[in-house]
Amino acid sequence: MKKIDRRNFLKGGLAGSAAIAVTGTAATAKGAGTFGGYPNSMGVLVDLTKCVGCRTCEAACNKEQGLPEPEKPFNDTSVFDEIKHGQKRRTSEKAYTVVNRYEVEGREGGPVFRKIQCNHCQEPACLTSCFVNAYTKTPEGAVVYNPKVCVGCRTCMVACPFYIPAYSYSSAINPVVKKCIMCYDTRLKFGRPPACVEACPQEVMVFGKRTDLIKLGHQRIKENPGKYVDHLYGENEVGGTSWMYLSDVPFDKVGFDTHLGNEPIISYVKEFLTVVPMVLTIWPALFTGFHLLSNRKEALTKEEETKG
Amino acid sequence: MGGRTRRVMGVAVVVAALGVSPHIGRAAGGPAMVELGSLSTLFGAVPFDHAKHAGLAGDCAECHHHTLGGAPVKENCARCHKANQPAKSAACRECHPAERFEAGYMATVAGNPQLYHTGKPGLKGAYHQKCLGCHQAMGGPTGCEDCHSMTEKGEAFYRTGKYAPAAAPKKGGH
Repeated sequence: MKKIDRRNFLKGGLAGSAAIAVTGTAATAKGAGTFGGYPNSMGVLVDLTKCVGCRTCEAACNKEQGLPEPEKPFNDTSVFDEIKHGQKRRTSEKAYTVVNRYEVEGREGGPVFRKIQCNHCQEPACLTSCFVNAYTKTPEGAVVYNPKVCVGCRTCMVACPFYIPAYSYSSAINPVVKKCIMCYDTRLKFGRPPACVEACPQEVMVFGKRTDLIKLGHQRIKENPGKYVDHLYGENEVGGTSWMYLSDVPFDKVGFDTHLGNEPIISYVKEFLTVVPMVLTIWPALFTGFHLLSNRKEALTKEEETKG
Repeated sequence: MGGRTRRVMGVAVVVAALGVSPHIGRAAGGPAMVELGSLSTLFGAVPFDHAKHAGLAGDCAECHHHTLGGAPVKENCARCHKANQPAKSAACRECHPAERFEAGYMATVAGNPQLYHTGKPGLKGAYHQKCLGCHQAMGGPTGCEDCHSMTEKGEAFYRTGKYAPAAAPKKGGH
């Protein structure tokens, strides 16, 4: 028979707790499943074929959100030529939405313009990554955040698959994350569309219930044979987003990441995250116990020695 | 905040409501000139030369879809609207709502399971998509101010003209 010594006992203990952790995790992960979004949440369907690059959405966003004065007027199209660090314009603390121009070879009708802003994921990676719980996915569909609790760690900026949250680098005292909130406070909450949607002259964007927009998107694809790429970007990407896109050119030609997959980002870390509280609570107690047990014998010996 | 928001909404709503007010007599098959101005705030009204465009388009249904009684240009539309009677009014605003995303309107659309055209553009979208779409295809003018001049409110909104940013853009710095 195998002798039970301290080393073997510890090994067994470790294996046991690991087994509990693994089986426990599997059950939890299955139980949690995917959230899939609130049933009546709102969304926006963006039709890239309709955008003419007028930047009215940028101006509307600036006004609605009370953002700082831009470097160039909003009717200045020279911004489309700006390249910073080899990239087209990105969202910033001064602009929660920007329009970029893409020259697509062989496309009739000139360049494609694409507006970017927060896509308001059904299961947001920013929310998952935030350790102070600053983010909330509201039942209306918006991903909002509480700047009062944001500690400025910028983890959400790393977590976001769309590189959207920006940082108020200009603030020396209290820099926080800044991003589009789908005009939640001033409009969405009251059932009204975001300012950019309402301001757009071309009605590039349609505001509505996300489930209706999915139908509308597919209806447009079907009604116009050969016009659109048969894909509604955001319907399933990273678990689905509130903002979805139609395009007549392949999505990767106009800056979309087509390799994100359909799994919400949280799925990749759910199992690991479930173990964390277990490790933090069970392990200290368990190993303190082991320590006391192993020291008890020594203490007893010592006591006997002193007695003897 | 509330006041500002209301103003922005007001802007959008008004921009979204250009109506058709025919004046200056009527040419054969419609008014000669139409002033499109019911939505105007950021931009002034569009003095629309209806007669000229009617001549260029060739077919009234190019813009008026099926509301004049003729067959629509698009095959997909013709499947249902081939034998339509002329509508009471052929004005854009008769069908295209000025407040496209107003809760009441959206609820009416969503609450009607029979409705096929759930994505019908609002008045502002209809004007711009129709006008600009054709101008792009036919080589017409496509700049915003080629059709309507910017108002002072527009200049403030777009931060241009006398509201243009004063400081030259800073270089570098993160």
